[in-house]
Amino acid sequence: MKKEPSKDAYNQYVEEITPKANVAINCLKAFITGGAICTLGQIIKNTALYFFPISEVSAGLWVTVILIFLSVLLTGLNIYPSIANWGGAGALVPITGFANSVAAPAIEFQKEGQVFGIGVKIFTIAGPVILYGIFSSFIAGILYYIARLMGWMA
Amino acid sequence: MVSKLKTGPLGLQSIYFKDAPGLLSWASIAGKKEGEGPLGSYFDEIIDDAAFGQDTWEEGESEFMEAACKLALKKAGLTAKDIRYLYGGDLLGQLIATTFGIKNMEIPFFGLYGACSTMGEALSLASMCLAGGFADNVIATASSHFGGAEKNFRFPLEYGNQRPPYSTWTVTGSGAFVLSRTKGDIVIRGITTGKIKDYGIKDSMNMGASMAPAAASTIYQHFQDFSSTPENYDRIFTGDLGKVGQEILLKLLEENNLDISKQHRDCGIEIFNPDTQNTGCGGSGCGCSAITLAGYITKQMLEGSWKRVLFVPTGALLSTVSFNEGQSIPGIAHAVLFETRKHQ
Repeated sequence: MKKEPSKDAYNQYVEEITPKANVAINCLKAFITGGAICTLGQIIKNTALYFFPISEVSAGLWVTVILIFLSVLLTGLNIYPSIANWGGAGALVPITGFANSVAAPAIEFQKEGQVFGIGVKIFTIAGPVILYGIFSSFIAGILYYIARLMGWMA
Repeated sequence: MVSKLKTGPLGLQSIYFKDAPGLLSWASIAGKKEGEGPLGSYFDEIIDDAAFGQDTWEEGESEFMEAACKLALKKAGLTAKDIRYLYGGDLLGQLIATTFGIKNMEIPFFGLYGACSTMGEALSLASMCLAGGFADNVIATASSHFGGAEKNFRFPLEYGNQRPPYSTWTVTGSGAFVLSRTKGDIVIRGITTGKIKDYGIKDSMNMGASMAPAAASTIYQHFQDFSSTPENYDRIFTGDLGKVGQEILLKLLEENNLDISKQHRDCGIEIFNPDTQNTGCGGSGCGCSAITLAGYITKQMLEGSWKRVLFVPTGALLSTVSFNEGQSIPGIAHAVLFETRKHQ
C-alpha cells in the first residue's frame, strides 16, 4: 500500500477503537457471584456446626470439600462455564474456580489417554497456581523462621 | 477493469485467467450454532452433534470435511476417481482434520496451512492448476471446529472464563468446491496472492486487528493489478475480520483513497448474531469463509444478485508457541475474484 501507518501509530489506533469490557458492571457481577459462593460456604459451615459435634476447623474443611465437589459436578454438567462467563473473577477466585480449572482439562484431555491425556494435562491451567503458590509459601516460611530466630516475631 | 487476451501474471501479485476455471459444484456442512445464525437456511446440512457421531472434536471435524467433499462430488455427478488433486487444510496441528477426513477418498493431495485464509489459498492454487492445464477437475476445501480450536489454542471447553468483547467465535463447519477447467456458471477470473503483514499486534484475542492490515494490503494491490475500482464489484467479502477488523480495514483503505464501505461485507459478521449468540465480534476459522462462500455467496451469484465478487479470506499466522514467546501476530489474506459466466 502507498500509505501505511507506523507500528506505534497502528497499535495506538487499535487500542482506541477496540471495545473494552465494562469494568464497573463486571466488578458488580463478580461481587454478586463471588459473594454468593462465599455465602453458600458460610451456610454449609453454620449448618455443620449446628447439627454435628465438630470443631470450627473441621467445619471449615467440610466447606472446602463440599464446594469443590459442587464445582466439579457443575463442571461435568457443563454448567460452571456459564456461571464463570457471567460472574468472571467472582467465579474464578474462590476454591470452586480452582476446582473447575482442574476438572475441565481432565474431561477434555481424557480422550488422549490416562497418562498423556489426563496425567500430563490435568494441571495445564492450575499448575502455575500450584507451583508459585507453594514456592511463595516456602519463601514466606523462611522469612518467618528468620524473623523468629532474630526475635522480631513471637 | 482489466480484460486481457491471455492467461498470465497481472501486476505485482495477481494472475488473470482468460479461459477461467469454474465452480462445478459446492457443499456446506455447518454446526448447530452456525445453523441457528442468520445464514442458517443457506447451508446444505446442519449437524447438531458437534462431534458428528465421533468420539473426539478432531474426528468430528474430519467428518465435517469428508461429508462436504462427498456432497460436492455427488452434486457434480462425479466420484473421487474423477478428481485429479485435492487442495485443503484446517487449523489443527499438522492438518489432522483434513488428513483423516479425506484419506479414504484416495485423491492426490496438497495439504495447505493459511490459518483462516486457507479457503482462499486452496481456491487460488486449484484455479492455477486448472488454468495451467494440469487437471480437468480438482477439489478445494477447508474446515474448522469450535471445540478443536478452543482445545488446541485456548482452554478446554468446560473451563470457565470470560471472553473479551472483541474476541471471535470459531465456526464449526466445512465447505468444499469441485472446480472444473471449462465448466461452471461461476468462474474464477483471477487471484491476488497476499503478503504477510505484521503491524505488531500481540493480543491473540484481537484477531481482527492483526489481520486487517493484510486484508487492506491484498485488496489495495488487487485494485492496482486489475486496474479496477470498488464500483466494479458487487461485493467484497473478507473472511473473519469481525467488527473491529472491518472498521480498521475501511480506515486503512480510506487513507489510500479507496472507499469500499458500500461493497464490503465480512463472513464473520454475517454468520452469527452477536446479540443472541454471544459470539463477540463475529465468527472466525477456515470454516467461516468456506461455508459462507459455499452456502450464501454462491447462491446470490447464481440468482444473479451479484455478478462480480471479490472473496478475501484472512488468516492470523500465530501459534501458541510464538504467542507465549512474545511474538506479534502476522496476518495474511488471499483474494479470489469470482464472476458469473454470463457476465463475461
